[in-house]
Amino acid sequence: MLRVGAGLSGTDPRLITMASTNERKPAQLRKAPGARRQFLLDSARMACGVGMLGLGLGLYAKQTQALPATAIRPPGALAESDFLGACIRCGLCVRDCPYDTLRLAKPETPVATGTPYFIARDIPCEMCDDIPCVKACPTGALNHTLTDINKAKMGLAALIDQETCLNFLGLRCDVCYRVCPVIDKAITLELVPNPRTGRHTMFLPTVHSEHCTGCGKCEKACVTEEAAIKVLPIALAKGALGKHYQLGWEEQKKAGGSLIDEKSMLDLPDRMPEGVRLPGHYDPASGMTAPPGAPGSGAGAIPNVPPGMERAGGPVVPSTPPGLGAAK
Amino acid sequence: MNAKRVGADAIAAKGWLASYKWLLLRRTVQIAVLALFLLGPLAGIWIVKGNLNYSVTLGFLPLTDPYVALQSLLTGQVPERLGLIGAAIVLVFYLLVGGRVYCSWVCPVNIVTDTAGWLRRRLGIKGSVHLARNTRYWILGMTLVGSAASGILLWELINPVSMLHRGLIFGLGFAWVIVLMIFLFDLFVMSRGWCGRLCPVGAFYSLLGRWSPVRVSAPARAACNDCMDCFEVCPEPQVIRPALKGAATGAGPVILSPACTNCGRCIDVCSKDVFRFGTRFSNGVPANEAAPTDGALPLNS
Repeated sequence: MLRVGAGLSGTDPRLITMASTNERKPAQLRKAPGARRQFLLDSARMACGVGMLGLGLGLYAKQTQALPATAIRPPGALAESDFLGACIRCGLCVRDCPYDTLRLAKPETPVATGTPYFIARDIPCEMCDDIPCVKACPTGALNHTLTDINKAKMGLAALIDQETCLNFLGLRCDVCYRVCPVIDKAITLELVPNPRTGRHTMFLPTVHSEHCTGCGKCEKACVTEEAAIKVLPIALAKGALGKHYQLGWEEQKKAGGSLIDEKSMLDLPDRMPEGVRLPGHYDPASGMTAPPGAPGSGAGAIPNVPPGMERAGGPVVPSTPPGLGAAK
Repeated sequence: MNAKRVGADAIAAKGWLASYKWLLLRRTVQIAVLALFLLGPLAGIWIVKGNLNYSVTLGFLPLTDPYVALQSLLTGQVPERLGLIGAAIVLVFYLLVGGRVYCSWVCPVNIVTDTAGWLRRRLGIKGSVHLARNTRYWILGMTLVGSAASGILLWELINPVSMLHRGLIFGLGFAWVIVLMIFLFDLFVMSRGWCGRLCPVGAFYSLLGRWSPVRVSAPARAACNDCMDCFEVCPEPQVIRPALKGAATGAGPVILSPACTNCGRCIDVCSKDVFRFGTRFSNGVPANEAAPTDGALPLNS
């Protein structure tokens, strides 16, 4: 097609002359303007037909970016939109995975054909120290700067169903916590009183995104029929506060003190029935504590200045438990 | 079939083996390449790892499909060093031996479309939907522009060549349906439709082999008896005429069209041994053409 185009443009001036003086030229040459018209028509036909094919492919391409939530990319994988441009579908990561975790998407898989992924519930990532899949990758699809597997972010585990998690039901399953390769960092057990029995403790598996690599061993090991804890793409599993949020207590630590003039702070009156005090409410002047046995009572007197602001040698506020709903 | 079988003259003149020499060689190479890839997953003998898009042979030789690498580059991603070295090796190889040697000697889809072409001849299926042979170059351009625009390796989403090859090694899935569609398309809808008109992989490799030195030539074209067997059997018959019938126009006997796949079937089926492999440089008008033998007339086409 390129050759034909060049040939025609090379003879352009002659063709234009012939077009204007058509009748006086021999029949053989008179065909030339028609040939040019034919070329333009053929080109238009090709451009439209192939353009339609391209449009279809492009729309399909956009859809393939929506990776199913259960399909986890190998360690070091770029963000999906970059990954689909960098991965050349060679399957070497699959070959060098010693645990047969990775597989290549087939045409009918809802993952871009030929790209590697794994399903955590089937075979999770064993987090090899030498990360052979990344080493095998001939492109930047699996980021070669990842050398510490503990820094991998394949996804993020989320205890997605508290209603079926055995630990949330008050049992001591703990399996997800026990199998976690980053135990006590990526998953901790948070102790919370069991309100149903009133006398037991619930050990709630809690994922910490800072340390979770998304290997999926917790999801694989979850003993319930459907896993209560699942590895999801980080974009799905993780919220975001927004840049304008600041955590006051963190900022105070950084600044070494309050960021505002505490003296000019106004404490608005509590609109409560007379004599009623709300335990745990920050009321600088009250000096009260929560009633014994109520949540928070162990913390002692509620300070009348924010934490970290206590002046040495300041007046110690006596602890006077007034109790809830105490009469005047 | 009443019609004479294509290549019957050649078998009568040269014997069966000489009439299938290049086809047998080609199939051997195609199957050997595939077998090397399959030895690992099937027998645990890891000589080659990967697939046609990228592979590592014996743990040190990287080979990258330059068309896939080009699409990736256009999306803004740069392969690692081994990936680039592999692309350079493959580029140089096909620049020398002819780009479409990939099509006829390596590509697994070639066996499918050759079979469809053979069956089409045997069943005497005439008539074919017309589509210009340069369609593939348009599709090639579209995939390159589309990859740059979408940031995704566009052709790899549906490329039947890599789907089939990867599928045979890593698990076929429904890729066989796509391959079957190509077979039926070539058989019933369009003669030599896929490889000859649509496939942008072949289009890329044909551009790559634009100046390759290894070419099929027709040095004994004066002996041509116009049996038309080469035209019948050739997957790109339009490439033959300028060389075979070039005596009238003073053109040399070398088939210079980059669309030629260097498959060598014309050499096989010619009972007069008109064709042989040569280089593009020995393209002078043969000396014997002044005095044609065997009653073969110089054609004025």
